[in-house]
Amino acid sequence: MLKTFRIGGIHPNEHKLTAHCPVTPVAIPKQVSIMLNQHIGAPANCIVKKGDTVKVGTLIAEASGFVSANIHSPVSGTVSKVDKTANAFGLYATTIVIDTEGDEWEETIDRSPELKEEITLSPQEIIQKIAQAGIVGLGGATFPTHVKLTPPKEFKPTVLIVNATECEPYLTDDHALMLESPDQILVGCRILMKAIGVEQTYIGIENNKPDAIALLEQHAARYLGITIVPLRTRYPQGGEKQLIDAILHKQVANGALPVSTGAIVQNVGTAFAVYEAIQKNKPLVDRVVTVTGDHIAKPGNYRVRLGMSMRELIDIAGGLPQDCAKVILGGPMMGKAVSNLDSPIGKGCSGILILDEEHAHRGAINPCIRCGKCVEACPMGLEPFLLAKLSENHLYDRAEKELITSCLECGCCAYSCPSNRPILDFIRIGKNAVNRIIRSRKQS
Amino acid sequence: MVTSIIILSIIGLVSATLLYVISRKFHVEEDSRIDEIESILPGANCGGCGFAGCRNFAEQCVKATSLDNLLCPVGGNAVMQKIAPILGMQAVEQAPRIAVVRCNGSCENRPQTSHYEGAHSCAVVAALYSGESNCNYGCLGEGDCAAACDFGGITMDPITRLPYVDPNICIACGSCVKACPRNIIELRKRQEPRVFVACNNRDKGIIARKVCSIACIGCGKCAKSCPNGAITITDNLAYIDDSLCLSCQACVAGCPTHAIHVVNESAKENISINEKESAIC
Ligand code: SF4
Ligand code: SF4
Ligand code: SF4
Ligand code: SF4
Repeated sequence: MLKTFRIGGIHPNEHKLTAHCPVTPVAIPKQVSIMLNQHIGAPANCIVKKGDTVKVGTLIAEASGFVSANIHSPVSGTVSKVDKTANAFGLYATTIVIDTEGDEWEETIDRSPELKEEITLSPQEIIQKIAQAGIVGLGGATFPTHVKLTPPKEFKPTVLIVNATECEPYLTDDHALMLESPDQILVGCRILMKAIGVEQTYIGIENNKPDAIALLEQHAARYLGITIVPLRTRYPQGGEKQLIDAILHKQVANGALPVSTGAIVQNVGTAFAVYEAIQKNKPLVDRVVTVTGDHIAKPGNYRVRLGMSMRELIDIAGGLPQDCAKVILGGPMMGKAVSNLDSPIGKGCSGILILDEEHAHRGAINPCIRCGKCVEACPMGLEPFLLAKLSENHLYDRAEKELITSCLECGCCAYSCPSNRPILDFIRIGKNAVNRIIRSRKQS
Repeated sequence: MVTSIIILSIIGLVSATLLYVISRKFHVEEDSRIDEIESILPGANCGGCGFAGCRNFAEQCVKATSLDNLLCPVGGNAVMQKIAPILGMQAVEQAPRIAVVRCNGSCENRPQTSHYEGAHSCAVVAALYSGESNCNYGCLGEGDCAAACDFGGITMDPITRLPYVDPNICIACGSCVKACPRNIIELRKRQEPRVFVACNNRDKGIIARKVCSIACIGCGKCAKSCPNGAITITDNLAYIDDSLCLSCQACVAGCPTHAIHVVNESAKENISINEKESAIC
């Protein structure tokens, strides 16, 4: 019996249409737009101005605090403006727009394909360099990686867990990356292990990717302390707490940091980016994005320069199909519907999912029949129907007691609800409100 | 039989004495004026005064040293005038106020760029994205304000999908102000006529104009034309201070985007002339 997490969870249809599409590089876009707030934390400070020329890898915006991230130019060319533009959700934020000319890279970046295994930097230097390279969690959370690698002093990491579960339906960018660059990923893991001072890594891969499991197992034999853990396919296995539970059989206490169990979790895409940053001096300027959907002409896993517009990438994948009714940024479970396709692809964009008329719409909302399906599905052991009702009625004290803040917004509850109740919609606002209350309480 | 009667009588007697002693010992002298004031208050328990219901407001009145900052918006000045003599204080006449919706982004004025089908709550939409238009500051049209009003003073206009405040009902309790996640509703003085900027967009003019044809672009023309210096521009948005506004309407004609609204108390029809003409989204 394969391992998986113990509480709740669901198994939606996998729809991994692009599982066998290799990573395909796409042409360099003529223009890129780089949003300064594409990571969690403080937006970066722009350090270029209109007319400046940049190369691939030139630092264009600096982290504006510890929880923030550097941003580098993904193309070479001239900065054409620094102004507010709308992101995928129609919200305006400062953006650096660069017109591409040629493809000239910073000289320091090693573009040779050779695998470089030897790790020469000290742990401190590694973390510093990761911060300089602007690496953030590439699974979609976009939390700055260097922050996660420097846990509060009272916690001593004992193990590294690499999330290669890719539990979201449709998405296959991590899968494709594992098949393309297993060694780079494994060296990335070794680097991360050195950075946090641990001797053991577990790479969790769901058993719907047997080829990736076999390939990584075969390559991992050459690296010390890296174990591949096949997991039973189940959503949301990629949640930090769920993954720790699945692999280590340890539960993260309520309100505690995942590192309290001794585990630091990183995404497999992040491990690859760390390899490139440390061994090849390459900052985060591109990533793999799955473009998928039942009716799209050329679904695939594309390696794109950050800042390319979503519309351009969709066009490369065959354009929006006739019956397109909804475009989702990320996977169908945790991703969000997009209202502006002319917005750029950011560091956290793991996939673009195009849904047709048949699958795009929500069902009619009916009253809660107290069936308990949402309770059964919740991987955090919460009572989603209750939390939703409490938030809807602004009963935040009670919602706090019912642990609304531990909701991970996985959407299992809303997915399971036979009455199509917008459970997560309400939980999300309640969670935000309770977090605000907690913050203001801490301040006073 | 007899024993049970005796035992029960003894229990009764002991409990009665106990109750009497306790009630004596823990007796709290309650100010009778609280009850008196509460009986004058409208009993709407709307929270518009800023306190948890009418009784709490009565308690605050009794505690207060002056009535200057206390007002029951439902009862208004009439009720405050009745409360004042009970406490032997003066109630200053407060200008009546009304809720004002600072957005006129009907579908005609700002193009709909997406279709939303999640939970019908402005708070939910605001947490997700810009809403069905690209304006980051405008009305989301899901009616949290209307739902928050205990008096039915705000209704959502089915054509414009903007809230409409009925001046005959609105008593300026402020519930809608608190409910709006975009901070669009403001309580303003009931002037004749009311002049206000019906826009909340703080983006630069060029962006504001792109998302909505009647956006305030922060050009400052209105501020220059005001004889009393009532208009200030902050973050690309004009604001008319109702305590300084003379209702002269000098600012209105100059606004290139017609963002300044004039609403006449007496002629209700004036209120949504623009809005009523707009097409259904
Ligand atoms: S979204 Fe939150 S409440 Fe709903 S199932 Fe996931 S963790 Fe539980
Ligand atoms: S799944 Fe839906 S209907 Fe069932 S208890 Fe939860 S909210 Fe109610
Ligand atoms: S620009 Fe102003 S009037 Fe137009 S929708 Fe936005 S807030 Fe409303
Ligand atoms: S005014 Fe505010 S609360 Fe009322 S419908 Fe508009 S966004 Fe919602």
